[in-house]
Amino acid sequence: MDPVYDVEPKKSKILQALEDKDTSAQFTDPLENEMIINMGPQHPATHGVLRLLIKLDGETVVTSVPELGYLHRGYEKLAENCSYHEFIPHTDRLDYISPLMNNTAYVLAVEKLLGVETPCRAQFIRVIISELARISSHLLAVGALGLDIGAVTVFMWTFREREKLYDIFENLTGARFTTSYTRIGGISQDMTDATKQMIQDFIDQFPAKLAECESLLNRNKIFIGRTDGVGVMSRENAIAMGFSGPNLRASGVDHDIRRSNPYLVYDELDFNVPVYNDGDSLARYYVRVNEMKESTNIVQQALDKIPAGPVHAFEPKKVLPKKERVYTKMEELIHDFMIINFGVDPPVGEVYHAVEGSKGELGFYIQSKGEGHPWRLKIRSPSFMNLQSLPLLLQGRMISDVVAIIGSIDPVMGEADK
Amino acid sequence: MHRASGYTITRDSCILTPVFLQLEFDKRSMLTKVVEKLKSEFPASLLEAKEFRAETTLHIRKEDIVAVCGFLRDDPDCRFDYLSDLCGADAYTPENRFEVIYNLYSLASKQRLRLKVFTDETDMHVPSVTSVWAGAEWPEREAYDMLGIIFDGNKDLRRMYMPEEFEYFPLRKDFPLMGIPDSIPLPRK
Repeated sequence: MDPVYDVEPKKSKILQALEDKDTSAQFTDPLENEMIINMGPQHPATHGVLRLLIKLDGETVVTSVPELGYLHRGYEKLAENCSYHEFIPHTDRLDYISPLMNNTAYVLAVEKLLGVETPCRAQFIRVIISELARISSHLLAVGALGLDIGAVTVFMWTFREREKLYDIFENLTGARFTTSYTRIGGISQDMTDATKQMIQDFIDQFPAKLAECESLLNRNKIFIGRTDGVGVMSRENAIAMGFSGPNLRASGVDHDIRRSNPYLVYDELDFNVPVYNDGDSLARYYVRVNEMKESTNIVQQALDKIPAGPVHAFEPKKVLPKKERVYTKMEELIHDFMIINFGVDPPVGEVYHAVEGSKGELGFYIQSKGEGHPWRLKIRSPSFMNLQSLPLLLQGRMISDVVAIIGSIDPVMGEADK
Repeated sequence: MHRASGYTITRDSCILTPVFLQLEFDKRSMLTKVVEKLKSEFPASLLEAKEFRAETTLHIRKEDIVAVCGFLRDDPDCRFDYLSDLCGADAYTPENRFEVIYNLYSLASKQRLRLKVFTDETDMHVPSVTSVWAGAEWPEREAYDMLGIIFDGNKDLRRMYMPEEFEYFPLRKDFPLMGIPDSIPLPRK
C-alpha cells in the first residue's frame, strides 16, 4: 500500500519557474539558495573524526556547527578507576601526534600533587623530549596545512623529518608512537649516548631541511593567497574564546607558559617566543615555523647543559623502583608491590598544572582524596578549546577556506574528544 | 566543607616541598590582595578560601558566580581575563554533591586562581559564565554531558560527546565503569 501524505509535496519554486520558462522569477526566500553540507567525520581534511555541519549561502559559509564525540573514549572516567601510574599509557592516546608532551604534562601534575621533585637530568631530558614532540607536531601541522590546500610536496618533506624523529623516539623509549616514557618522579630509562648523538645529528641538519620546506611555501603565491587574511581571529576574541598556544600567539597575545610560568628547567634556557599580530591562517603558519626554530635552539642548549646523575627521585613510596632491585632487594620488592597494587599515597587536595603543549595550554586538574587513584581528573585539552572558535572563524568565508582554516588551527581529535 | 557565612583560611596539613614555595613574594601578595578585595566587594559571596601547593581555591556562593567572575575579569587589580578551564566534579556526598570548578588565569600578572561553586542533586542549576567568557560554552556543555549540571544562560546546552538520546551522565560516581548495557542503541543494519 502506498503511503498517504497529509500534505502534497510542494513543487520547488525553481522547478516551477523552469517549467513555466519564466525568466523573470526571483527568489528572495533565503532557503532557496541555502544548503547544508555535512563534512566528516570521515574526511581527510578534518584531521581526524571531526564532523562539521556547514550551512552555505551559495559558496559562503553562513553558520557551522562542529560535532564532537566520535573518538570519545572516556579517559576521565578511566582515570578515576586506575592508579596514577596506570594512567600514563592513556596519555599517549590523547594528542597522538606528540605523546611525549602529554606524558610529561601528566606526570608534572601528579608530581605537583605528590610534592616530588625530579632530578635535574630527568628534567633536562623531559625538556628535550617535549621540544622534539613540539617539532614533530608542528611539522605535521605545517605539512598537513600545505596538503589541505594543494601543496603536496611539503607534506612529504615534513614527514621525512618526522620519520627521523620517530627513529629517535624508538631509540629513546622503545616505541614510535605509544611512548609512555615518563614515570612519576623520573623517566622510564636514561638517555644513552647513542640517542643523544642521534638527537644532535637531527638538530644539526634540521634547520636546513626546514628552510627547504619554508622555501616551498613562504613565497608561494597560491599558498599565501589561500591563507593570507583567511580566518582572522582578533586579540579580544582569542582571549575570550580560550584560544591557546600558537593560535593565541598568532593573534598578538604574547603568552607562553614556558616563559610566564616556567616549569622544568625552562627558566635556565634562552629562547624567543614568536608573536604575530595578524591572527589569520598565515600568521598561525608563521608562528609554528618559527617555534620549530626556537625548539631546535632549546634542544641544542639542553643537550649542552644536561648534567650527569640519577633520573629518578629518591622517594621510595612514590617512585617505582628499578626492576633489577625489585628482584634482589626486599625493601624495593615491598614498595613495588604496594605501588603497583594500591598506588602511591598522595595527600588530600587538588592541583592544576598546565604546560605549553604543542597545540596550546595542556593542563591536568587532579582532585585527590588521599587514595591511590585520582578522585577526579580533568584534561584541559587545547584542541577542544581551539576548535570551539571554528564557527567564528568560518563565518562569512568561502567553502574552500574551510580546510585552510581547520588546517591552521591544527586540531587533534584524540585530544579534543578525550 | 561549606561555611554558612564568614571567611576562613584553611591550610592543608601536608608538608610542602621547597620547589613549590618558590613563588615570589609579590605574586603571593597579589593573590592576597585579590582575596581581600573580593572579601570587601562581595562579603556574602566568598564562603571559604583554601590554599594547597601554592594554589588558591575560593568557594563562591552559587548565585553570585557570574558577578564575581565579571568582577575578577574587569577589576584593574585582578584582571583574571583568561578562563583556562571549567569542569564539574562529583563529590558523591549527601549534600553539595556536585561542584563546578573554574580555573582562571591572568595574562597580565601570570597568576592562577581557582573558583568553585557547589550544587545539589535536588537543584542542578548553576548560572552560566558564557556572558563573561564566550569560550565557556563548550566546557559547560561538557560538564552538562558528563555530570548533568544545567548551566542557566548557556544558549546551546546540548550534549558534547554522548549522543542526544543517551539518558545517563557517565562521570557521575554511580555510573558503572563498564557502562550500562543497551543504553546506546546500535545502528540497525
